[in-house]
Amino acid sequence: MTERNLRKSNRRVTGWLSLWVVGMFGFGYALVPLYSVFCEITGLNGKSATLSEVSAAPLTIDKSRTVTVEFTVNVSGIPWRVDRPETVRLNVHPGEATTVIYEAHSLVDAMTAGQAVPSVTPAKAARHFRKTECFCFTRQELVGGESKLMPVTFVVDPKLPAEVKTITLSYEVYPANENLTNSS
Amino acid sequence: MTTAVADHHHDEVPKGITRWLFTTNHKDIGTLYLWFSFIMFLVGGAMALVIRAELFMPGLQVVNPHFYNQMVTVHALVMIFGAVMPGFVGFANWMLPMMVGAPDMALPRMNNWSFWLLPFATTLLIASLFVPGGGPAAGWTIYPPLSIQGGMGVDLTIFTIHILGMSSILGAINIIATILNMRAPGMTLMKMPLFVWTWVITAFLLIAAMPVLAGAVTMLLTDRHFGTAFFSAAGGGDPVMFQHIFWFFGHPEVYILILPAFGIISQVIPTFARKPLFGYSSMVFATAAIAFLSFIVWAHHMYTVGMPLSGELFFMYSTMLIAIPTGVKVFNWLATMWRGSMTFETPMLYAIATVALFTVGGLTGLMMAITPADFQYHDTYFIVAHFHYVIFCGSVLAMFSGVYYWLPKWTGHMYDETLGKVHFWLTVISFNITFFPQHFLGFAGMPRRIPDYSLQFAEFNMVSSIGGFILGFSQLILLWVVIKSIRGGKKATAEVWDNPEGLEWTVPSPAPYHTFATAPEVR
Amino acid sequence: MIVSRFKKLRSAMVATAGAGMMGFLPTAAQAEWALNLQRPVTEIARVQYDLHMLIMYIVTVIGIIVFGVMFYSIAKFRKSKGAEAAKFDHSTKAEVLWTVIPTLILIAMAVPSTKALLLMEDTTESDMVLKVTGYQWGWQYDYLEEDVSFFSKLATPQSQITGNETKGENYLLEVDNHVVIPAGKKVRLLLTAKDVIHAWWVPQLGGKKDAIPGYINEMWIRADETGTYRGQCAELCGKDHGYMPIVVDVVEEAEYMAWIEAQKNKS
Repeated sequence: MTERNLRKSNRRVTGWLSLWVVGMFGFGYALVPLYSVFCEITGLNGKSATLSEVSAAPLTIDKSRTVTVEFTVNVSGIPWRVDRPETVRLNVHPGEATTVIYEAHSLVDAMTAGQAVPSVTPAKAARHFRKTECFCFTRQELVGGESKLMPVTFVVDPKLPAEVKTITLSYEVYPANENLTNSS
Repeated sequence: MTTAVADHHHDEVPKGITRWLFTTNHKDIGTLYLWFSFIMFLVGGAMALVIRAELFMPGLQVVNPHFYNQMVTVHALVMIFGAVMPGFVGFANWMLPMMVGAPDMALPRMNNWSFWLLPFATTLLIASLFVPGGGPAAGWTIYPPLSIQGGMGVDLTIFTIHILGMSSILGAINIIATILNMRAPGMTLMKMPLFVWTWVITAFLLIAAMPVLAGAVTMLLTDRHFGTAFFSAAGGGDPVMFQHIFWFFGHPEVYILILPAFGIISQVIPTFARKPLFGYSSMVFATAAIAFLSFIVWAHHMYTVGMPLSGELFFMYSTMLIAIPTGVKVFNWLATMWRGSMTFETPMLYAIATVALFTVGGLTGLMMAITPADFQYHDTYFIVAHFHYVIFCGSVLAMFSGVYYWLPKWTGHMYDETLGKVHFWLTVISFNITFFPQHFLGFAGMPRRIPDYSLQFAEFNMVSSIGGFILGFSQLILLWVVIKSIRGGKKATAEVWDNPEGLEWTVPSPAPYHTFATAPEVR
Repeated sequence: MIVSRFKKLRSAMVATAGAGMMGFLPTAAQAEWALNLQRPVTEIARVQYDLHMLIMYIVTVIGIIVFGVMFYSIAKFRKSKGAEAAKFDHSTKAEVLWTVIPTLILIAMAVPSTKALLLMEDTTESDMVLKVTGYQWGWQYDYLEEDVSFFSKLATPQSQITGNETKGENYLLEVDNHVVIPAGKKVRLLLTAKDVIHAWWVPQLGGKKDAIPGYINEMWIRADETGTYRGQCAELCGKDHGYMPIVVDVVEEAEYMAWIEAQKNKS
């Protein structure tokens, strides 16, 4: 190879590889939406439950099957007390819409805003657990000392894998802040 | 000293500090890399000794838990990004052009730059220990939300990772360009020495993996300061996603640390067995297979995060697959030794120890691939033992092997064989005293990254600490051997060893400042 | 020989201890020089233990073969003994053999592992639910059906940690409030965390699982024997990561009922 050809060739290799580096950096960021899609498909981390609330077609109710749904809630970094629904677990038929009510109490005088983040386990049930209405869709505001009923309506998809007998719906309530993406 | 090989250029070696600051000579830059790597090895080793001192017995004696966590974190970062990676780049700089018959690296000026980023970056990292709030304390894996909690030290660490990442990417581009464009006529791909092959594959891994890490830590930075919520559940993000992105980089990184070591071993063993490397082409393919598999096994580092069953099964199977090409390599080395005519100079001793002890690390790795069992092993000292067998015995011992192997070529003098052997035996025995008991500690249930432990772990920890101190101080022998060999000693011949293979042995020792200004003839 | 060396070392340590370093040696009741996994007391832990032993035997055999060949070569093919180097540099037969045989071994290992994993992931038909919340630095336990909830933190006094006092038998493995579960019942654990990631791990009861803020994980345990079992947080969670132990009392069902009643009256 002559000196000039070599230089050209080196530049070409460098160019391609640099492009690749930039691409991989972008790929790192692309992993974020990819991960969401992946979670939606697999139900990883109970994430998909938050995405499938738009259930257009009404589901047929499968009376022959009963699924236990459990409720729990955690509060983190916000002066609230949040009570789980009266019944810790509920037996529902797949396809049947059910509403349960959480209750939030503000423990301070000032106004506070919270955002609930849901999580569903087991992972394989997550994508079949649909919330049609949920206090977690929007931020919740409580004036000082206020108590508020927070309903959630959900349907268990009849396509839920047969081996799943119990589903746990958990909320973690965080202080809402302005740059919060709607995590419904 | 000048010979026909070098007489096309004026073989004048620049003098003074500017020689090192502005050098574009691959040998100078290689030397800089190697010294830098060794200094970092001592710095990281000192931190390891702080850790072992604290763990010498139960209770808190030496440091407080927060500083302990910083030591654990910075030790790992310094060793991985400061010692092992630059060390191998140093070998690449020194040896690759000579091995493929090129006069220098393809992009010499960039080469200078990619080295001089390093001292700057590691200074930032070490400085982070002294800022308010201390250095990074979330482990080298810097998992959020814990790493979000840290102080300014975490930001400095993120910048350090950016700069170090940039340096290794530049180095990788340079290596690929050199190997693709600068080979001597006749040096076809399948004639390249295995060290060249492993490095070119490593360079591709670097280019694919480092930018992903840069992306992950950038997201961490914006999460910390600019209100994004990539990894915060409160903001709709997901802390586990960081682990996925991190290990998408992290597992290839493990092979970035080990593949060049495989290359060095594959140069050394044939020389001292006086027999060609067994299964050259299967070595090349096994290396490529390992590199490919490294991108689809990442989640085996995080079996316990609560993946769906299908995910756990997939990552278990894919991880087990890695055992096959790795096994092929080990068997090939054994077959190279088989029916050879072996002598046991220090490089060969280190190469054999690398194969033997890396095999131990590989086999414990196979145990950890088994998901159900890993639920017990995960985050225990068993893991610590495993990766030290892999990284110390795989990468570092292989580098020692390489240093002793090529030192006569670099300095022109034979090293002190007796001292070399003392260094070898002290290192290998004390390494095993340090890390073999950690397998038992892990089995018995000692979590990693704890500054203090319950009483049933006392005995093995004490043994391990004693071994650790011997191991640490033994490394000063290497420093002495190297200095001694630079300053004088028996003159080395061009071949140094008994009929070794490779173009680097056709130039005089020490290798002239400029080699292969005219490309050699490769048959 | 190694054992005897260790014994010597140990007596040396006793001597050092006598010479002034107080209270770092384990008391006689503790397992010393423990070499293997802790004795399993649940089905999962037992399956893990058996799998661990099986794989360890397999890798030990592989290791012995590799080391055997290596040491044989080192002993036999040395130049000093006049060994002449052969010229071969490949053998298709050998290479196929050492690709196929490991593959078969791996398949043999994958079968029991897959079965074990299926067992571990089967959280259905549990008898009770216990929610575990990790926080910096302790655990909160909620008995969901019973409305019983309490915190559990390290009970080892600071003076033992700093060495001003002799370390107790369960140094760093004792908490103020033990978790109590009935023997023979399938307990489903729901794991989450308040601040950073933690991991709940009691070796004798089975593997660990991460407790992740904002997410809920699950695992299950069914303890066969009554007793007190101890474990620790297994995921680096900050300064006091080493100081958040877990203590589980497995008791007979009647005793558990009485305990739960007492807890309810307390709150």
